[in-house]
Amino acid sequence: MKKLASTLPNMIISLGVITIIASALLAWANSVTAEPIAAAEKQTRVDAIKDVLPAFDNDPLAKAAEVNVAGDGAAPFIVYPAYEGDKFVGAAVEGYTLNGFSGEVKVMYGFDAEGVVHGYQVLSHAETPGLGAKMNEWFRMEEGKRSVIGKDPAQVNMTVAKDGGDIDAITAATISSRAFLSALTECYQAFVTYKNDHSNE
Amino acid sequence: MLTYLSIIVTAIFVNNIVFAQFLGICPFLGVSKKLSSATGMGAAVTFVMLLATLVTWLLQIYVLDPLGLAYMQTIVFILVIAALVQMLEIILKKIAPSLYQALGVFLPLITTNCAVLGVAILVIQKGFNLGESLTYAVATAIGFTLALVIFAGIREKLALVDVPAPMRGVPVALLCAGLLALAFMGFSGITIG
Amino acid sequence: MNKLRIIYNGLVVENPTFVLLLGMCPTLGTTGSAMNGMSMGLATMGVLICSNIVISAIKSLVPDKVRIPAFIVVIATFVTLLQMMMQAYLPELNASLGLFIPLIVVNCIVLGRAEAYASRHSVVDSAFDGIGIGLGFTVALTLLGAVREILGTGCVFGAQVYPETYGSLVFVLAPGAFIALGFLVALFNYIRNRS
Repeated sequence: MKKLASTLPNMIISLGVITIIASALLAWANSVTAEPIAAAEKQTRVDAIKDVLPAFDNDPLAKAAEVNVAGDGAAPFIVYPAYEGDKFVGAAVEGYTLNGFSGEVKVMYGFDAEGVVHGYQVLSHAETPGLGAKMNEWFRMEEGKRSVIGKDPAQVNMTVAKDGGDIDAITAATISSRAFLSALTECYQAFVTYKNDHSNE
Repeated sequence: MLTYLSIIVTAIFVNNIVFAQFLGICPFLGVSKKLSSATGMGAAVTFVMLLATLVTWLLQIYVLDPLGLAYMQTIVFILVIAALVQMLEIILKKIAPSLYQALGVFLPLITTNCAVLGVAILVIQKGFNLGESLTYAVATAIGFTLALVIFAGIREKLALVDVPAPMRGVPVALLCAGLLALAFMGFSGITIG
Repeated sequence: MNKLRIIYNGLVVENPTFVLLLGMCPTLGTTGSAMNGMSMGLATMGVLICSNIVISAIKSLVPDKVRIPAFIVVIATFVTLLQMMMQAYLPELNASLGLFIPLIVVNCIVLGRAEAYASRHSVVDSAFDGIGIGLGFTVALTLLGAVREILGTGCVFGAQVYPETYGSLVFVLAPGAFIALGFLVALFNYIRNRS
């Protein structure tokens, strides 16, 4: 086949046709994948909430509330309260921090009704892959003072030992550890604020 | 104000686009043999990055998002950047021939510089407003220029060094880049505000 | 036999990472582990094969002056398709590769092959070129990922080889990426010069 000459109408028509086909294809693909994408995102969240909280039977996503913690005017924290029957069993708080090694770390922290840390799950991290994965294991290990689980942030100093706190930092990753713990502290404040606001329900 | 200062310091030092985010490596390795071309490339990238971020941000917020076409992001952004670079080339040639002489050779290379597209997508992902986006774009470009200029300075000296044959050229340059990245790690953890 | 040559060409003679030194950003950015490196390689290979086939098929319908924008549109379409698929069905992988998926658009390898190969050869040859170059890229990324993972954490594909305590974390971090790649390229040069 002979190559089309570079005349103006030829150029416009061929580019136009390609763009239209491309857009149509993408629009179709978007309509097909939009639902699974939304479902996958929701599932990640639901799994994380289930993972960090004691057993519950409501839908925490439906009751999610935004809580502002006094401070630097950052975006509000999202609190996912969990109930078993009518009993408040705890809440998961989605926290994030920009103090990580290279950017944002998103972590889901779970607190039981008393405010004791019940679990956590790293949702996403722009950090070096190895470090983020380590973060997900380290702070639940029983050795030394690594674990944050079962501790009450109101009584335990949630900073790394180097800064005079009660938690051991990840080996060779003090900065990421600081980021993790400061996010935990902020989320705890959001949890307390939420609990105080809703205590007479 | 503090937010802006924090964005600037983070983008230039803590999260340097080349050493921490691995974007724009191709020009970083390709155009860093001479100091003069490194500064030229840096200037051209700064210019394009600022313009591209401005246009893509406006497009995303006022056209793609309202129309529910967010999935067209990649395709629209890359076309905008390609078109911008072309236009810039034509305009510079007409209006400022001396500037064109200085930047001209680097302009076509910028279309495939992933740092430009990367920053355009990142500012959307981070949810920055227009002011923050532009600050981030300029600061990132300065960080890129800084990395490029330091690296070019080192490579000019490196050309005179007797390196084992298989290590000559790119491999030894990569090792130097690694050491530079190590130095930049020293900035990590700096926070303002 | 001829088709095997095309693949060999992409895998060894014109290996995109070790010889052409193209597509360095994902090469350095996603190889913190062997698994991530391989996923990134396969993702790029998928886009490369599809774009090579389509571009080769439409090459005579595209006037010369607008061929670059036309190629970019084709490539960007496949990248967006890939991105949607990954968000929907492989959300975890998508999260760990992050920004580098949309950035396949500006990967010089993809546009480079479109321009240098697919726009001049038949559809079948272009498909094989995509497979060859894609394989070369995947192998390089997997290798680099494995080297960094084993030196950094003592694991390969997540399987512990020696205790983690002896690993040197710097190889998982940014500087290690540059250093490991530097040595791998040197090694590749050494082997090629000897044979």
